[in-house]
Amino acid sequence: MTDQHRTGTVRDINGPIVTIDLPGVRSGEQVRIGEIGLVGEVISLSGRQAVVQTYEGTDGVRPGEPAMGLGWPLSVELGPGLMGGIFDGVQRPLSKIALQSGDYIARGLDVPALDRARQWAFEPNPELEPGQQIGPGMVLGTVPETEVVSHKVLVPPGVAGELEEVAPAGAYDIESTIAHVRDAKGTSHRLSLYHRWPVRRPRPYLQRDDGVSPLITGQRVIDTFFPQLKGGKGAVPGPFGAGKTVVQQQIARWSNADIVIYVGCGERGNELVDVLESFPKLEDPYSGRKLMERTLLVANTSNMPVVAREASIYVGLTMAEYYRDMGYDVVMLADSTSRWAEALREVSGRLGQMPVEEGYPAYLASRLAAIYERAGRVKTHAAGSGSVTLIGAVSPPGGDFSEPVTSHTKDIIETFWALSKELADARHYPSIDWVTSFSGHVHTAAEWWHEVVDRRWEQRRTEALALLARDAELSRIVNLVGPEALSDAQRWQLEGAALVKEGVLQQSALDAVDTFCSPEKQFALLDLCLSIYDKGMALIELGVPVSELAEMPQLAKARRCKSMYNSDQVTEIHAFARAVEQAFEGIRLEYAKEHAE
Amino acid sequence: MSIKEYRTASRAHGGLIAVQHTPGVAFGDRVRITDARGGTRDGQVIRAADEEVLILVFEGIEDLDLEDIWVRFLDEPVEIALSPEILGRELNGLGEPRDGRPPVLSNVRRPVGGAAINPAARTYPREFIQTGISTIDGLNSLVRGQKLPIFSGSGLPHNRLAAQIVRQAKLKDEDTSFSIVFAAMGVSYADAKFFRDEFANSGVLRNVVMFVNLADDPPVERLTLPRTALTAAEYLAYDLDRHVLVVMTDMTYYAEALREVATAKGDVPARKGYPGYLYSDLAEIYERCGRIHERHGSITMMPVVSMPSDDITHPIPDLTGYITEGQIVLSRELQNQGIYPPVHISPSLSRLMKDGIGRDDTREDHPHVAAQLYALYARALETRNLASIIGADELSERDRRYLTFADDFDKRFVGQDEAEDRSIDATLNLAWELMSAFPREMLTRLSETELAKYYRTAESQ
Repeated sequence: MTDQHRTGTVRDINGPIVTIDLPGVRSGEQVRIGEIGLVGEVISLSGRQAVVQTYEGTDGVRPGEPAMGLGWPLSVELGPGLMGGIFDGVQRPLSKIALQSGDYIARGLDVPALDRARQWAFEPNPELEPGQQIGPGMVLGTVPETEVVSHKVLVPPGVAGELEEVAPAGAYDIESTIAHVRDAKGTSHRLSLYHRWPVRRPRPYLQRDDGVSPLITGQRVIDTFFPQLKGGKGAVPGPFGAGKTVVQQQIARWSNADIVIYVGCGERGNELVDVLESFPKLEDPYSGRKLMERTLLVANTSNMPVVAREASIYVGLTMAEYYRDMGYDVVMLADSTSRWAEALREVSGRLGQMPVEEGYPAYLASRLAAIYERAGRVKTHAAGSGSVTLIGAVSPPGGDFSEPVTSHTKDIIETFWALSKELADARHYPSIDWVTSFSGHVHTAAEWWHEVVDRRWEQRRTEALALLARDAELSRIVNLVGPEALSDAQRWQLEGAALVKEGVLQQSALDAVDTFCSPEKQFALLDLCLSIYDKGMALIELGVPVSELAEMPQLAKARRCKSMYNSDQVTEIHAFARAVEQAFEGIRLEYAKEHAE
Repeated sequence: MSIKEYRTASRAHGGLIAVQHTPGVAFGDRVRITDARGGTRDGQVIRAADEEVLILVFEGIEDLDLEDIWVRFLDEPVEIALSPEILGRELNGLGEPRDGRPPVLSNVRRPVGGAAINPAARTYPREFIQTGISTIDGLNSLVRGQKLPIFSGSGLPHNRLAAQIVRQAKLKDEDTSFSIVFAAMGVSYADAKFFRDEFANSGVLRNVVMFVNLADDPPVERLTLPRTALTAAEYLAYDLDRHVLVVMTDMTYYAEALREVATAKGDVPARKGYPGYLYSDLAEIYERCGRIHERHGSITMMPVVSMPSDDITHPIPDLTGYITEGQIVLSRELQNQGIYPPVHISPSLSRLMKDGIGRDDTREDHPHVAAQLYALYARALETRNLASIIGADELSERDRRYLTFADDFDKRFVGQDEAEDRSIDATLNLAWELMSAFPREMLTRLSETELAKYYRTAESQ
């Protein structure tokens, strides 16, 4: 890094793609363009000339204006003050930008991500002694970033040596020195509460670990049917209107992660405002604190410059990895990776690169894979475990899952929550289709469920899916020849499947009681619906007509149970299950009596 | 930079001309082109390099003799003059008069390109707008600051529906009407006249500014027209504190003009020949609507998108649906049954409905009523399909009830007169009347309290 910035000249402006004359600039280097100082990134070099993609609109820039190489690649600031914030695609704080430039985003602004004036209460790590050998990832001390996030100040990657001194407990701004380290060559390094990291390079860790525990999202169709692990990677594809955003927001709200990073990548402005306005009011069911205290937003809405949209995913991931390195379980939601891919396509198109599928460049699949591979559960340098769970929304054109972004994503991820237009049209939400969705984590999740909730979890889950599959088959028959052609047992199967759909799978994000469902309640509801089905089937085998069972008022109540009892009232659900059992027993006895007469 | 005129135009195709050796021309600048007969055309720089600049000519390049034109770079972006006087006017895509009256004079000039609203400055839209149309108010409610397009097809009454909404839209219990910005892109003379007459007859003309580019006007001008119209809308909303309803018709013709120019520029096509940036381009337009902190005005948007061959997966409705906050879908089937407005509720959706309805906004039973109606109608449509295969006589008692419900729903709830302005209470009461054809225990989406209060038994009706 040099203090002497190299300067050159703008040659050609083609939308966000600017060609400059600047010998010696490196690929990936940050460049300031023109008199207003738009920031961009070098994406290709050819002789003296470099092609730059700019993160801001280029209106008003003229050939002949200056261009300046900044000497470093696109990097983010990592330190206390990120939580609860909203940043744009290149980590500029949007609330500060609003103070400077009003309701609309002005161009050429240079606002650092972290507040330079704010003082943080630093508490040094008591185990550290001057003279000790330290290395990357070691904890220098902690800062209470929010009530729920204790921010560990780590030795940045690449720094190792003898600890000369650590600052005593006290209030520091992020630029104050909190430690000095002398490396093997004898050079002393000054460490502060923050450091910078280039976003396109994954942060180092010791080794990868297997995922062990499920990410509990409080959503029944996810946790019970298609579970995700902490450190896993998943995708939510669906046509518009199928509810991708609601699924993503529900995960952001209710998952049992320590940190949530929500990247609005080329999506609607109002959706981010929804998160911004609701999260400070919503309570985290695990910590009891406000959700915003553990949430960070990256917002590059669809009308913001397309190149910054491409960067936003990497910016989000780097911050996720930073909190992972502190030993936290981080969930990052990217809504939507299709918009990211389109940004890639737009830039490649402007560069005249050969398109392969639907205009996308040939490197789409490898870039996508590289992004998802940054998720995972790892052993950190601080010797603890941390994880990044990455869940990407995919917006396939026309809802066609065979298009390039969806199909490449499907090859990489482990959990696939396919949203269905048909379910959404019938207002069956979440519209996660149980036929096309899959999870590669069922067995690992089962170990957790069996230990913590109930030993019959995997068996019950399989039974429910089998019943739903049977329902699909029978529905086809009904559509051809009508319900009269079915036997009583078959009609009861349809009733049972309907009960599972309404009583378990459907879950309204707007229902104050049902929006979050604890694992215990999830299993209680599943077990309730399946027992009704099992008991009813036993009666039908005895000869009780299906019409008598279908009209039982308990069936309607079983469908409503999810919104009648909250997650702490699982015992009420058990009590109701026993009452239903007695009702069935009553029918059985009566029937036996009638037939004995 | 001093203003110079150049005679170095070298190439012209597809609405674009290239001019050589024009040092220091800025990207995005406005250009004026004068031909030998003294006629002028407007343009904008869309690529600026040392050797050559590329200019998009809004009026098109028909009849231009490259040897004999003067190209002048005005050193300013494309702007529009704004004053309260624009209300009642009819302008073109560049903000110039189309109504034979003098140009709008004002010191307030704004670039039409606009800038992105800072998400941190937005306020979440949540004020219910009553349109008086049951399928919208009851099931796909519109709120102030929302963008809710009408997905239609050729021959469907989207214009009549849009006009009815313009006539009837108001906040519940409030009588403030909207200022209307009407943007017509590539529509026929008859359609433009329909709206002009509508506005005049319903007495709202004083409150309307029309931006019109007809089907036989130069298509390139269509590219600036929605931006010009939205710049005017932003002025009305944020400078004059008005609530603005923007009606844009037809976004499909806009996108086709974009494709025409993109092809001429040699952009790599993505789907159906549309450029890869169609999504970003549409978003730049749609996302200009919304609510902003501490601003009194608002911009609500109702674009009309005609689906080519009624195909909702066509890139234009598809990308629109990914940007807008829902969609109102019109159906040819309902139209053929003589039902107006032919709103097909299954694919229709309002994403912002959840925060604009309920106890404090409309009525406490509204959310559950909407969910229950959707569930019943979905099942009823299945039954209707079944009946068409096996015959209605073969259906069970319960299924026949669904069949009757489907017919009643289409005729009474969906269907209403063009002049009928139903209050939200009337809409919800009608919903209860239709739902009460089912036994209580089948209405599982409604709570016991709601059932106790609103459910009507056969005797009580």
